[in-house]
Amino acid sequence: MFQVILKRLLMLVPVLIGITLIGFLLLQVMPGDPASRAMGTRASPEELEAMRRLWGLDQPVWVQYLYFLRDCVTGSFGVSIFHKLPVIDLVAARLPFTLGIVLYSTLIALLVALPFAIMAALNRGNPVDSAIRQVFVVLIAMPPFWLCYVLILWLALGLGWFPTGGVGDGFAANVYRLFLPSLVVGLSTAALIQQSLRSALIDTMKADYVDTARAKGLNGRAVFLRHILPNSLISTISIIGVRVSWIIGGTVVVEKIFSVPGLGSLLIDAIVSRDLPVIRGLTVFFAIMVVIVNLITDICYALADPRVRLE
Amino acid sequence: MLVLKNLPRSPAGAIGLAMLLVTLLATVLTPWLSPWDPYALDFGAAMQAPSASHWFGTDNFGRDIFTRVMAGAVFDLRLALICVFVPMAFGVAVGMVAGFFGGWVDAALMRLTDIVWAFPFYVLVLAIVGVLGASETNLYVAFFLVNWIGYARIVRGETMLISRLEYIEATRVLRFGRIRVMARHVLPNAVTPALVYSMSDVVLTVQAIAAMSFFGLGVQPPAPEWGILIVESIDYMREAPWMTLFPGLAIVWIGIAFSLLGEGLSTALKPKG
Repeated sequence: MFQVILKRLLMLVPVLIGITLIGFLLLQVMPGDPASRAMGTRASPEELEAMRRLWGLDQPVWVQYLYFLRDCVTGSFGVSIFHKLPVIDLVAARLPFTLGIVLYSTLIALLVALPFAIMAALNRGNPVDSAIRQVFVVLIAMPPFWLCYVLILWLALGLGWFPTGGVGDGFAANVYRLFLPSLVVGLSTAALIQQSLRSALIDTMKADYVDTARAKGLNGRAVFLRHILPNSLISTISIIGVRVSWIIGGTVVVEKIFSVPGLGSLLIDAIVSRDLPVIRGLTVFFAIMVVIVNLITDICYALADPRVRLE
Repeated sequence: MLVLKNLPRSPAGAIGLAMLLVTLLATVLTPWLSPWDPYALDFGAAMQAPSASHWFGTDNFGRDIFTRVMAGAVFDLRLALICVFVPMAFGVAVGMVAGFFGGWVDAALMRLTDIVWAFPFYVLVLAIVGVLGASETNLYVAFFLVNWIGYARIVRGETMLISRLEYIEATRVLRFGRIRVMARHVLPNAVTPALVYSMSDVVLTVQAIAAMSFFGLGVQPPAPEWGILIVESIDYMREAPWMTLFPGLAIVWIGIAFSLLGEGLSTALKPKG
């Protein structure tokens, strides 16, 4: 087990270096001089020169990359022009909200996808199965940012059940206030994982140990609850792992609309105020977050499935 | 061509195709169906609810929403198809070379996809457009940079499988040139799963184009882009919900059409046996 984790950690190193390289290239391909693009037309030549020196723009490209790599390794991810703070400080204050939506929406996605996946798998090939598939086709066709407004119009402004946005103090308040944004991300995730969950269930139903359980004389219900379901749930861990990047990306859109002060809002604000170090630092941070969550799901999968450990 | 014959045979494919044809027909017939100007302001007719003369109602400037949604259909479909099929062509080419020849091209492609896939789609597109500046051209650049990789990875895997099949072995015995083998014998089969994938890609790309306009980072007003129609409606959402509803439903409609087309294609392209 320890070796599996160690091997995965070592495989991460080139990916992490690649992520920082892409983050670095992002600002490198920008047309014009980054300093004057960032400072606008008001800056004096002296200010621009100071800016260039601060960012190391007077250095050769590879030195500039090493500077950025140093910022990532030491954990600051660069310094914001607008807030005059290390990017990581901005991230730290907003991360809990984004992680909250990621976890909350994953929970909602599972609660929506699982019953439908079970129903579809039990009815595979018949009208119930295809009806469920069509429901999820419609769900996936709904643009998340539009769905946000439809829900605001219907559940917040119309029925008054939920606030139109913002966050509250404490866990309970946020479970309530973050419900709509998490629902939007959760529904689009549910649409993506329902299909894989259905096939995972169908594959498990065909496994030899399920035949054995039936041959022992267990009834259908017991076979399903004790053998098919637990084993399919293990595979959902890896299905979610594959979709992590999608879930985290989905938070960007909903945070802005529901005024949640998370990483997504920070990214949009940075783009609007042309805070280039924040755009770069955050983009890299998002990718690292995806890689870490992937690692965690891989480890959970290995812990839950003995076959992976024995490889 | 065989595909076009087989596509309507699966119910999903037939419905998807029909939905798309209805859309195209409606855009062509718009001047007769709804004889309004999509841009002309008419404050006397502002924010009218849907009626027989204004099917989807009017917006805060008195512009007919049906006409604007139809103009948006032409606009968004053109944009989405470019943002999907240009990267697809490049990705298919790279994927085939990587899968057919292997070696360092293949190794580099695999590492690159591992890295790029760590970035959430919206984060990367937003960051690229954010750095380059908001414009239609930069939208193409961002989608190209992000989208080709999926196709390269799919076609690479497919090409590796096909290259080991007997009929490709046979071309080696016949001493066919590698280019000829790739273009005539590998490509038609390797491109199939990429084509099915491209349909779901269109669904997500239409949404992403609208989302980018929503953040003010995509196509700029007064283009009748669906995302722009939705953004401009937000302030009037309470008084005139149809302004928000119909452009969004247009995105949903196109999304369903392409999802069903994808389903139909995967059935139609599946080898019999």
